[in-house]
Amino acid sequence: MFGDSIRKCLAGLQGTQTWRVGIAVIAKENYPLYIRSVASQSELKFHYTVHTSLDVVEEKISAVGKSLGDQRELYLGLLYPTEDYKVYGYVTNSKVKFVIVVDSSNTSLRDNEIRSMFRKLHNSFTDVMCNPFHNPGDPIQSKAFDGIVSGMMVQTG
Amino acid sequence: MESLTLSDVEQKYYSDLFVYCDTDNTKKVASNGRVLDLFRAAQLPSEVVLQITELCGATRLGHFGRSQFYIALRLIAVAQAGLPLRVESLNSVKDLPLPRFVVGKNEAEAKHAALYQDTDSQGLYPAPGAALIPRPPGRGHQNKKGPPSSASLPVHEVVQPQAPSIEPQPEPTSPVVSPHQSPPTSPASWRKHKRQHSGGNAERQPVAASAGAVWTHFREPQSVPVTGDGMWSSHSPPPPSQESWVSFTADTPPSSTLPAMHPSSVQESTTIRTLASAATTNEIQRQSSAYDDPWKITDEQRQYYINQFKTIQPDLTGFIPGSAAKEFFTKSKLPILELSHIWELSDFDKDGALTLDEFCAAFHLVVARKNGYDLPEKLPESLMPKLIDLDDSAEVPEPAADVGFSSSPVEVTTNKSPSMPSLNQAWPEMNQSNEQWETFSERSSSSQTLTQFDSNIAPADPDTAIVHPVPIRMTPSKIHMQEMELKRTGSEHNHPTSPLLAKPPELPEETAIKFVAANTVGEGYSSSDSFTSDQEPITRQRSQSGTSPEALKVVAPPPPPPRPHPSHSRSSSLDMNRTFAATSASGQPQASAIAYPPAVPPRPLPTQTSVPLSGHRVEAEGVAGSGAGLTTTSPQQIPQQPNFADFSQFKAFAASEQPVSLQEGDKHSEGGQLVVVDLCAQGEKSLEVAAPLRSVKSDGPADERPAASVSSCKVSSGPLAPPPKPIRRRLKSEDELRPEDEQHGPQKSNVTAAVLAAQPSIPRSVGKDKKAIQASIRRNKETNTVLARLNSELQQQLKDLLEERISLEVQLEQLRPFSHL
Repeated sequence: MFGDSIRKCLAGLQGTQTWRVGIAVIAKENYPLYIRSVASQSELKFHYTVHTSLDVVEEKISAVGKSLGDQRELYLGLLYPTEDYKVYGYVTNSKVKFVIVVDSSNTSLRDNEIRSMFRKLHNSFTDVMCNPFHNPGDPIQSKAFDGIVSGMMVQTG
Repeated sequence: MESLTLSDVEQKYYSDLFVYCDTDNTKKVASNGRVLDLFRAAQLPSEVVLQITELCGATRLGHFGRSQFYIALRLIAVAQAGLPLRVESLNSVKDLPLPRFVVGKNEAEAKHAALYQDTDSQGLYPAPGAALIPRPPGRGHQNKKGPPSSASLPVHEVVQPQAPSIEPQPEPTSPVVSPHQSPPTSPASWRKHKRQHSGGNAERQPVAASAGAVWTHFREPQSVPVTGDGMWSSHSPPPPSQESWVSFTADTPPSSTLPAMHPSSVQESTTIRTLASAATTNEIQRQSSAYDDPWKITDEQRQYYINQFKTIQPDLTGFIPGSAAKEFFTKSKLPILELSHIWELSDFDKDGALTLDEFCAAFHLVVARKNGYDLPEKLPESLMPKLIDLDDSAEVPEPAADVGFSSSPVEVTTNKSPSMPSLNQAWPEMNQSNEQWETFSERSSSSQTLTQFDSNIAPADPDTAIVHPVPIRMTPSKIHMQEMELKRTGSEHNHPTSPLLAKPPELPEETAIKFVAANTVGEGYSSSDSFTSDQEPITRQRSQSGTSPEALKVVAPPPPPPRPHPSHSRSSSLDMNRTFAATSASGQPQASAIAYPPAVPPRPLPTQTSVPLSGHRVEAEGVAGSGAGLTTTSPQQIPQQPNFADFSQFKAFAASEQPVSLQEGDKHSEGGQLVVVDLCAQGEKSLEVAAPLRSVKSDGPADERPAASVSSCKVSSGPLAPPPKPIRRRLKSEDELRPEDEQHGPQKSNVTAAVLAAQPSIPRSVGKDKKAIQASIRRNKETNTVLARLNSELQQQLKDLLEERISLEVQLEQLRPFSHL
């Protein structure tokens, strides 16, 4: 992780920060449909972070869903902050979860930016689902989706 | 082996062929199978082939190296030229046409035969071989292309870049050119085919199909032998390509027709053209243009696509659902991943269904992929839905050729195997297809809906649905409030409902959300307004305090003109009961009262009216006490609403008008419930409990009000007992709900206080003199009017506050989930 942090710092210095450590799409049954993390940095830790965040997501879903029904906000917000990362969650009406993990050092990443990222993810995901050749539950192998995710991961401030 | 000097054309041609034969992509050795096939396609006697093989040294080496291959090709050309095969002839023969190769004639022919029911196609078939050969290098007759071919050279040259793609290519212009091994000859053949108008060329196309578009392109530029090349290319794609092509489509013939249409078959088409007609120049031109856009769909191709589309969806303007399209394209036997990618590219509007344009684009991409062309990352412009109309394209004038060239990558025809059978049937309708195509073209540009990306915006905040324009407290609110109260009480007493009815028109333009409330309040106001014309000043005062209700019904500070209140007719009546009964209703009317002129200066209300009013007022106060501030009974009622800051005034006023407030209370009953109560309370109590009321009012909100109101209610309960109580409760609840209304409350309370203050003196005087009583009655009536108005205003404000509260609650609920963090 040290190397990662250094890389991030360097990236920041260079102006092209890879804030998004990773993006993951989890299916309703809580298995991953799509996981992408920045570079090769500790993918394992990223996967682990995403996995643990699922618990928080579930908790939010169950808590909110009961009271408000479909008024439940799709955007779950900051799930929980760790020392290194901040994890944001978003769940669709079909219980597909999107998880974005960003650096804790990215203080300038505003909430509405995260929201817009989730929105784009959701749109792309919808497009993927519309593809008749894609079977729901299969890993997402859409180039368009990849492109969007890559674009989001390498966004600069 | 002596060195071989090749002309540029030959060089290119040979290298293309070599690449074609280089199935293993070794770039050095051509697979024997391919080479032999190629040689067979040269339609030379086997002995000659053997001889050539030996001469070139392949026999020696056991394989065809590049040099051997080239030599062999040269020798083939020599042989085809009819010259004796000799090593020396390799370089000695000049102007040797490029070797011609017949495309897998048998297969192609068969397919084509099946495909083209049209005479054209059939005509083509018979001479697939002949057509293939049509370009004998030196033979002029068939080589109509000779000159044209040379002319086409440049075109081909242009196209060449695509050809070179045969070698690990890349993409010069056509995105998909990756024809290593089995360059889609079929496209070429198809293209030719599609040139129906070019007559015999059609044959070529089918035949050429095997050759793969690339080859045809490639060859063409090679100049003279272009025709031969075309042919060769057309058939060179030996069985493998054909097979592949065929495999895709159950019936190759149909597919073969497609290739004809396929732009990639430009080469072939060119060759065909030269064969069939002398319109080579045209072809060349077409080719060049086609070259520019390798993804263009030829007319024939498009026609084919349209036919296929019809098999799934008879309505050309309709959609093909995703599932049907999936089945259809799955028949192409492309990997699902690629099909998925093709879908992503072609479903332009991302709606999960394919329009005709999208379908054609998808089909085109499948054909291209089938022919070995890589799928583009983005949908080529020519495949964009809006470009459906081929008729418009420049290609029209040039038959397939251009298209063939450009779309060489795509073997349109083949791919839809499922459609093949239909193709067979469709082909006979080629002519008809033209019509269809035309019609299609008419439609084409239709309607391709551009991307319709639904922005998955987060669900609209519940808040957005609720608009709670915060009422703007107009300046005259205070006065208005007072007037409202006075009027309200009056109107309540008289005619609870009438104010309501009268009021609605006043508030139409007001905030929609608060409309209801405003209406009700307005009604109260209106009633009160009508009641006391001379209470305008009071209402004006009240209006200041009654921001929201006033804003609702009276945009400007100037109070609205008094409105006729049915209740006013009864304003004189001291039917307090009725008034109180309709207290709630009068609340709104009271609001309207706000619009009335400034509150009438507080006067001593007749005890009679004041008593009940006071009682109500007290109640209202009590209700408003805690928060809404609306109530502050009578004058206090108003202040309970945050907007009502004149409550104190109201109090005084109300107190003073207690005698009259009874009447007003009636009127105001509908209006601000709170106010009504207040007014009533005031009316009731003003006389009796004026002092206590005043004290109550002065006490201000909450705490004492309830008690005072209760007490006052009890006191005044007399005639007004029933109404005040419910009002009280209502007021209380409303007060709680409308913390914001407290602002109004104080305002109104001021007014009411002022009113009330004046009232205490009334009761004493009332009981003394009849005349005095009458005067006090009159005064009370006026006060009632004012109070009613105030009441309505207050109620309006109360409603506004309620709405605000609701919105806040919603927001709170929204935020609640996040509290789980």
